[in-house]
Amino acid sequence: MGSLVEFVFYGAVLGIMYALIAVGFTLFFGVLDVINFAHGDVLTVGAFSGLVAYLGLGVLGVDLPLVLQLVTVVLAACVMTAAAGVLIGKVFVVPMRDAPAFNILLMTLMIGTVFREAIRLFYPQGANPKAFPALISKAAVDVGGVFIRLDSIALLVLGLAVVFLTSWLINHTKFGLAIRAVAQDADTAQVMGIPFKRTVFATFALGSILAGIAGIMHGIYYSEINFNSGLFLGLIGFSAAVVGGLGSIWGAIIGGFTFAALQTVWVVLFPDASSYRDVFSFAVIIVIMALFPTGIIAERYSEKV
Amino acid sequence: MSVLRFWPSLAILALAAIWTLCLLLAEDQWMIWSALAVAAVAIPAAMRTGAGAGLGAALNESGRFFALLISALIVMIALVIHDGHYPLMMLASVLIYGLVCIGLTIQFGYAGVINFAGAAFFGIGGYTAAVLGTSGVPSLLIVLLGGVIAALIGGFIILPILRTRGHYSALITIAFGLLFQIFLEVNETLGGPQGLKVEGAAIAGWSLLDGISLAGYDASFYLNYVLLIAAIFTAVFILTRNLERSWIGINLDAVREDAIGASVFGINVTAWRIFAFMLGNFVIGIAGALFAMMQNFIAPSNFSFSDSLLMLSIIVIGGIGNLWALLPAAIIVILIPEKLQEIGEYRILIFSVLVALMLRFRPTGLFPRPVRQFKREVEQ
Repeated sequence: MGSLVEFVFYGAVLGIMYALIAVGFTLFFGVLDVINFAHGDVLTVGAFSGLVAYLGLGVLGVDLPLVLQLVTVVLAACVMTAAAGVLIGKVFVVPMRDAPAFNILLMTLMIGTVFREAIRLFYPQGANPKAFPALISKAAVDVGGVFIRLDSIALLVLGLAVVFLTSWLINHTKFGLAIRAVAQDADTAQVMGIPFKRTVFATFALGSILAGIAGIMHGIYYSEINFNSGLFLGLIGFSAAVVGGLGSIWGAIIGGFTFAALQTVWVVLFPDASSYRDVFSFAVIIVIMALFPTGIIAERYSEKV
Repeated sequence: MSVLRFWPSLAILALAAIWTLCLLLAEDQWMIWSALAVAAVAIPAAMRTGAGAGLGAALNESGRFFALLISALIVMIALVIHDGHYPLMMLASVLIYGLVCIGLTIQFGYAGVINFAGAAFFGIGGYTAAVLGTSGVPSLLIVLLGGVIAALIGGFIILPILRTRGHYSALITIAFGLLFQIFLEVNETLGGPQGLKVEGAAIAGWSLLDGISLAGYDASFYLNYVLLIAAIFTAVFILTRNLERSWIGINLDAVREDAIGASVFGINVTAWRIFAFMLGNFVIGIAGALFAMMQNFIAPSNFSFSDSLLMLSIIVIGGIGNLWALLPAAIIVILIPEKLQEIGEYRILIFSVLVALMLRFRPTGLFPRPVRQFKREVEQ
């Protein structure tokens, strides 16, 4: 029973990370109808920026309390990922939004490769995994007889807070209204005086910041970051966003938790064959797509002839 | 075909063959850079003077003549090199990737079915060759079976691919590619991350691993593979060209351009999508089996998502749907980075920057596919 609760917590932390990544995908798709596959590598950029900020604090000899260190690291990640996101949007995606979807897909994959390779080549010994500082205590806490790592509780709370904040931003602010307007009909939104490009770039910044936060969470949870971990996480996030239904924020969150649940359920059921968990998860994803061709929360969509 | 077009086209192809030979044999970095400089000057010059356009038109009209001519040039290049293991292996790799991209062209270029799992089907062909290699099945049959099994396994994801559109459909093949690679890495019977050894090909009891040796002319065993692969490449190329020019090609074009319009005209969109997807995977599987036999060794790292991207980059750089562009594009993507040892580890970085810029500023590729001309059909 105790280990079951641990597994639920493990799955929930994974799920919130996947959900944060997936929300980015779904935001980009909402405003521009594009998939930004560089998103996973933007996550890596965020994680490495956080690490550099932490090391920078050490070099400067600034001795901050752990919480302020965490805030600095997260802020550094947010700034860098927002910049990377806006750069991708400005230089590549917006000028190409009328190109075939496949071209944009392949191009953003290539931009992601550029980020990934740049980290591998230009970060000192970038090809090796890097230890990530334990900014949140990993001590186990006793929750009614079950021992849970403190960092997983903190990360879960942090992740949920970010998700709800994003949802509030989209649904209850003027900025969110602009995003939703552009997502529904970019031309009409412009006629109504909504600055199209500024809204799009802000959306790219927002989505990328979510990836940056997910990158920091990933680093803290696994105590290590790697130049190529973003590719796989990005693909999982994309799967989650698509399974949930592109364009829907809650769909992306459902998708993220679905993927994490699939991985966790497999590990619980077949602990001996746990290495097959991703084979199982992706197979189920394919089956779900066959059953719900436009995701669980279907995109409102009609084919015009 | 007019004589005015014929001889300049022949000259261009011959020069291209000589250039490829020089590039393959170049050992010093300055030789490679000057070869690239020559190409950078010569290709725009050929385009300007109209000779390039003449070649394009000649290729577009031609059926098997130019295909046979090009394969003859490839064989000549291979015979001239004859004892260099490394240049011949590079030549064979270019041909193998060219073969893969014929398959991807049938899927994406003709029918518009996107496949981000090219490396997975390539791997299925390769692992088929590895598993069947010791069983005594004739090599050529194994190559064929590699294709058949790739097509059959691809059949599992046909239903989701048909039901989904656009990005949703892209997810299916991406997920399948990842699933396949992870499966190979964790499956002990298929060698796990270490991979499997593959038996070399043997035709009629003669192992291709024995180099030809005739009166002072000693050839590398890779020459045998180049000849085998060139033969299969040419056959598949000519068949695919015929397919493109036939009513099947017209149907596939219609399905890609406008599925609803095509179905209004009584074209069975579903059937043609299945046809193109399975045929493409068959060709990719054949290429995978040949690759495995030539390398003698395969591992999951040969069949990663990045390799699928590399394959798609070839068809994008060449020009989607243009079969003639595949070999030049494969030379750019496979051969040139391999030869430029100077840029060493930076090559993936430079390469991805180039592809991104290409998609941004010249999305039709270097050699865009010409629009189908119905003139000839009408005149007959």
